[in-house]
Amino acid sequence: MNLTEQREEKTKLEPIIRVRRLTKIFGPHPERALDMLRQGKDKAEVLKVLGATVGVHEAEFDVYPGEIFVIMGLSGSGKSTLLRCLNRLIEPTEGEIWIGGQEITRLDDKALRHLRQKRISMVFQQFALFPHRTVLDNVAYGLEVQGVPRSERRARSMQALALVGLAGWEDKLPGQLSGGMQQRVGLARALCTDPDILLMDEAFSALDPLIREEMQDELLNLQSSMKKTIVFITHDLNEALKLGDRIALMLDGRIVQIGTPEEIVANPANDYVARFVRGVDMTKVLTARDVMKKPEPVITPKDGPRVALKQMRSSGISSIFVVERNRRLLGLLTAEAAYEATVKGERDIMARLSHEFERVSPDVPVEDILPVVANAKAPIAVIDEQEHLLGVIVRGSVLEALAAKGGEGFGNGSAAAGGVD
Amino acid sequence: METVRLPLAAWIDALVGWLESTFGPLFDGISSAVVFLIQGLNNIFQLFPWWLLLLLVVALCWYLAGWKLAVGSAAGLLLIANLGFWSAFLLTLSLVLISSLLCFIIGIPIGIWSGKNERVHAVVFPILDFMQTLPSFVYLLPAMAFFGIGLMPAAFATIVFAMPPVIRLTDLGIRQVPAQLVEAARAFGSSPMQMLFKVQLPLAMPTMMAGMNQTIMLSLSMVVIASLIGAGGLGDGVTRALSRLETGMGFEYGIAVVILAMILDRITQRLGDRFQIQDKGR
Repeated sequence: MNLTEQREEKTKLEPIIRVRRLTKIFGPHPERALDMLRQGKDKAEVLKVLGATVGVHEAEFDVYPGEIFVIMGLSGSGKSTLLRCLNRLIEPTEGEIWIGGQEITRLDDKALRHLRQKRISMVFQQFALFPHRTVLDNVAYGLEVQGVPRSERRARSMQALALVGLAGWEDKLPGQLSGGMQQRVGLARALCTDPDILLMDEAFSALDPLIREEMQDELLNLQSSMKKTIVFITHDLNEALKLGDRIALMLDGRIVQIGTPEEIVANPANDYVARFVRGVDMTKVLTARDVMKKPEPVITPKDGPRVALKQMRSSGISSIFVVERNRRLLGLLTAEAAYEATVKGERDIMARLSHEFERVSPDVPVEDILPVVANAKAPIAVIDEQEHLLGVIVRGSVLEALAAKGGEGFGNGSAAAGGVD
Repeated sequence: METVRLPLAAWIDALVGWLESTFGPLFDGISSAVVFLIQGLNNIFQLFPWWLLLLLVVALCWYLAGWKLAVGSAAGLLLIANLGFWSAFLLTLSLVLISSLLCFIIGIPIGIWSGKNERVHAVVFPILDFMQTLPSFVYLLPAMAFFGIGLMPAAFATIVFAMPPVIRLTDLGIRQVPAQLVEAARAFGSSPMQMLFKVQLPLAMPTMMAGMNQTIMLSLSMVVIASLIGAGGLGDGVTRALSRLETGMGFEYGIAVVILAMILDRITQRLGDRFQIQDKGR
């Protein structure tokens, strides 16, 4: 299944989080502030006239089960407020939040506590571990609040600790752990209650860069087996591109664009987004799929060496991939091998196939393909798990794709911005 | 210009009189309960031979604070016994302990409430300022009006005088709990009670212990003053020495009070440290 199919698959699912017209106003006269916003006044005017701050303005988005949804923006853009509305740590002023078919802005205290205990948990920027409790008791906190018996609590917390690689640290106090380890405890505490949804508020921003990358990899790793729905807040574009299945960009309390990392980078919706992504290294965003060419021409085993040579000559290439009818890749036939076969009068090319070429899967980032391309004598085959040939990559096609995506992206960006203003 | 002098004294007398006549039976009930507690504790102390009680206190000091305090308290208590102040010492101790205990029982919930609620805070703190700046002798007057002479008015004046620190520092301790920890506790679905007992109180404890220590010290100082309205105990000796101008005797009793103060102070500080240790991991 390729990425677009996956995405289509996803949209067929019911969203697990559905946010509609969500607005949060801090300070006096929220009703009058709402009126002003409805009349088209902006955030600055509301602040000037009423002294009220618009935290989030008419945010709308859906998050699908198993997805990492990144909300990105600079500080003050309202991303943390938006996140905290999802479990009502901050009460929204207006709008609807549906979690798994339940409208949560109307829940009473008891139902809200139940939601927080069982369905949504949270990881915090500054870890927010309880300093007076051991690592184990921190992890067990959610279960303790639910009234789970001590022995079960202990067993499940130990499991969660093992999951984040902290087995053996359960009796330490948080203060005795490094920042990275503390956030692992934070993650274990959030996972321990086995929630459907994880809210991560700049969870890795307080860590130094090396540890941050390590934690990102670990999160992706955990996610591949857990399939939680994760809403992840960050101000770091590279983090967003790395972790996000989809990214929502926020500016001044509004969501200005939602899309996959490639969409955001390639087609920024306006100047703000374009400015954000200008410095992005395209080789980290684009994958083999984005830069591969159609695998044409190819030949099948029943084609003889003469057909192969003719195909190569007409396309100006020095080797050709051999596939079965269903496009399963068999090997590579070089011009020399084909020539030798014709000289010796052989009909069957199977014996002459070379297997000395690079294979990559379509999701490998271009960053990792570049060194391979640089040293490759033959084209690189892009294959799926069943070894079907999806495309080929040659040096020229990578550079072409990088140039095209970059140029096109910025061009569209400024045009769109002009349109909006 | 001629001004009308406000009859403030008459108003306060009227208020106290009204309280006394309206709540008289209630005051009597409280009075007998408190006196029962103080007398009871004192009687229990009196059951022990003096040397056994002394050994118990010394052992407690040793356990909490090591040999230095143990030796110091042993010397101090021996001096008190030698001077013949043992039973006065026990009565003062009982009065201090029961008054402080009542201060905690009343003050800690008020402190928690005020720590969690801005409006309560806005009402409580000016009252505390008033309570702490009013000269301590003034408390003796309403105490006598409500309860006459004896242990109860002494306890009443002591409680009112000694309560502010425990309220203040409980309030402060609750407020000092980092907002992100309170938020984390909420995010995991804690009820207000779970929040209080699992997060806020444990983290506020070191600060609260400092408040309790201050309350104990204040109640000791008030117990001496309250001997003027019949508290008895070590303070009695001081007042007698004062009225007869017997400097030496005054100092004997004064030193006994200091010894008691030091032992109580060190013990409660050490208890406070125990809560602190858990927090040191940060």
